[in-house]
Amino acid sequence: MFPSSPHHLSGLSGTLHAPNAQAASVVVSSRSYADFTPEATFDIKKVDLHRLEEGPPLTSTLTREDGLKYYRTMQTIRRMELKADQLYKQKIIRGFCHLYDGQEACAVGIEGGITLSDHLITAYRAHGYTLTRGGTVREIMAELTGRREGIAKGKGGSMHMYTKNFYGGNGIVGAQVPLGAGVALACKYLGTDQLCVSLYGDGAANQGQIFETYNMASLWKLPIIFICENNQYGMGTSVERASASTEYYKRGDFIPGLRVDGMDVLCVREATKFAADHCRSGKGPILMELQTYRYHGHSMSDPGVSYRTREEIQEVRSKSDPISMLKDRMLSNNMASVEELKEIDIEVRKEIEDAAQFATTDPEPPLDDLCSHIYANEKSFEVRGATPWTKLTSHS
Amino acid sequence: MASLRSFLRSGKNAVSVVLRREFSETSPAAVQVNVRDALNQAMDEELERDERVFLLGEEVAQYDGAYKVSRGLWKKYGDKRIIDTPITEMGFAGIAVGAAFAGLRPICEFMTWNFSMQAIDQVINSAAKTYYMSAGFQTVPIVFRGPNGSSAGVAAQHSQCFAAWYGHCPGLKVVSPWNSEDARGLLKAAIRDDNPVVFLENEMMYGVPFELSEEMMHKDFVIPIGKAKVERQGTHITLVSHSRCVGFCLDAAAVLAKEGVECEVVNLRTIRPLDVDTIEASVMKTGNLVTVEGGWPQYGVGAEICARIMEGPAFNYLDAPAVRVTGVDIPMPYAKILEDHSVPQIKDIIFSVKKVLNM
Repeated sequence: MFPSSPHHLSGLSGTLHAPNAQAASVVVSSRSYADFTPEATFDIKKVDLHRLEEGPPLTSTLTREDGLKYYRTMQTIRRMELKADQLYKQKIIRGFCHLYDGQEACAVGIEGGITLSDHLITAYRAHGYTLTRGGTVREIMAELTGRREGIAKGKGGSMHMYTKNFYGGNGIVGAQVPLGAGVALACKYLGTDQLCVSLYGDGAANQGQIFETYNMASLWKLPIIFICENNQYGMGTSVERASASTEYYKRGDFIPGLRVDGMDVLCVREATKFAADHCRSGKGPILMELQTYRYHGHSMSDPGVSYRTREEIQEVRSKSDPISMLKDRMLSNNMASVEELKEIDIEVRKEIEDAAQFATTDPEPPLDDLCSHIYANEKSFEVRGATPWTKLTSHS
Repeated sequence: MASLRSFLRSGKNAVSVVLRREFSETSPAAVQVNVRDALNQAMDEELERDERVFLLGEEVAQYDGAYKVSRGLWKKYGDKRIIDTPITEMGFAGIAVGAAFAGLRPICEFMTWNFSMQAIDQVINSAAKTYYMSAGFQTVPIVFRGPNGSSAGVAAQHSQCFAAWYGHCPGLKVVSPWNSEDARGLLKAAIRDDNPVVFLENEMMYGVPFELSEEMMHKDFVIPIGKAKVERQGTHITLVSHSRCVGFCLDAAAVLAKEGVECEVVNLRTIRPLDVDTIEASVMKTGNLVTVEGGWPQYGVGAEICARIMEGPAFNYLDAPAVRVTGVDIPMPYAKILEDHSVPQIKDIIFSVKKVLNM
């Protein structure tokens, strides 16, 4: 597993590389790809364990291919969320918009530890997961702007996006956790090897229905990975003010738990693999707490600085940014070039621009669609409109 | 052929023998089945028909069901398909909905619908709305079932009728059977339906037997959801009801018939979608309407029916304002005399009919 290269990094380097004075248009790599290190092994932070003798490994081997993939995906999420911020301020996106920038390593690392045949469900900070679970930036942005080509045809909005084996996007805090256990029950019932990842935040972690779910998942040995994305704040309330115990990885009591550095995509990946193995071996549920951070406020209507300082946000950005961490690792180990990563940045930027352009020009859903999708597999029926004379039709 | 020959040979005596033999050779035309057994048989047949169907709830497995509706099912199908849950409605209702998301066809039992209030977010926000929010991507083929409405002596927290609450919500189908035919046909239809169905039973009806024809006993007998049934033809006034009150309406109709008043009794069977067409056709025929329900009057099923009649063509056929007979607008008391006066009685229906008809 250990490559011949002697370069092992312990921890991460804090500062970003100063941007190169390269032309932004055409960038030619000065080295051929054969010169790059194909894989490197990194030390990763030790994981805190609860009711576990052993945890995930203390090192993680990253291939160049995976590194580039994770970099691209995290950058895509980052830029997509920042674009959503812009569009929201221009009032092109409306309603609720809960942004994920800062937390990219969680979504990308989790996906790195499972497969698309596994299942996943999360709460309303879901744009990143919609992408990692197979959605395109185009259809995500068009959903945010409420257009007909949106991933839910404009019917759902920010909090209600679905793809295969991804059950949203859920607006009611905590409700997604028992739903995820139900998906896990189906996996076990149908005799598949699949599992369900069920995510919730530090705010949701105190919900009674989550404890009800811990109980049933353990009783019935459901293949579920509970993941608490602890970004330190439930809306405007810090973890110390909301929870009598902030050791969320222990809150499952009889369920084994791990507390993981959620800013390090490799940490998240190794922990997820470990958790997935646990589930697939029939041992039942396991709980992961990912310590992470959101740069934005709770939602677009929250500036995010009344309950935390700008200094705090800036410190996380400069010392623990997940994209910078990965970038530094890859550059320091000769796994990619600055130019190559810049190319990816440019491609990502273009993809987001194109998607935003599409999302602002695609027409809104047709009024015919207003009453559709009430019932599945039903012949058309009349729906009462705002007045007794307004007769509308529902199609499945 | 043999029976015909023997008939021709032996004359009259042979006829009765032949007829008797014919009857004993064919299966019995009708059987007496109580509502509990009708529900039990419906679930049994659907569990057998489709492996994805399973039942979960409190005491449904090893206890044979708190009201014995699931008697024998655990013994037959085992732990995988008949699942006892802890007393955690919000959790297990959510689990049931999640299982439906992932392709199973759960039957989630609430021991009574009163306890569904603990889980109502999962029924409405997770089950009812998901097909719409996902623009048709995610189906939720789940049945929530259990006894609804008043029982006997169980007091306020265990006696509420939820027909109006759930009937209010688009995305749900809400079904309220009266007799064994309804229970059997509608439960099968509900289990086979790809949408979330709220199935409101009635504990006082569980032990009541009804005749089920051979056709009704067929394993593919289903009653379409969303279609009311005219239980009794009449000409002077329409009585619209659901669940146990349908029986009271028929009893009231029998008494009124002696005084020359012929009531048409409509059994809603489904609360949502409401079969307005059948109600309208009946009102246009009789010119008078009384609705009868066990639930509270304010914002109830009867209120909806009256509003719809006002807004539709049947209004012009009314000879008098439509009127509602309902449960009394109070939490259910315990003492028998008080409880008896908290629910619609047959005399209330008769009184209302006579008032409407100005008798």
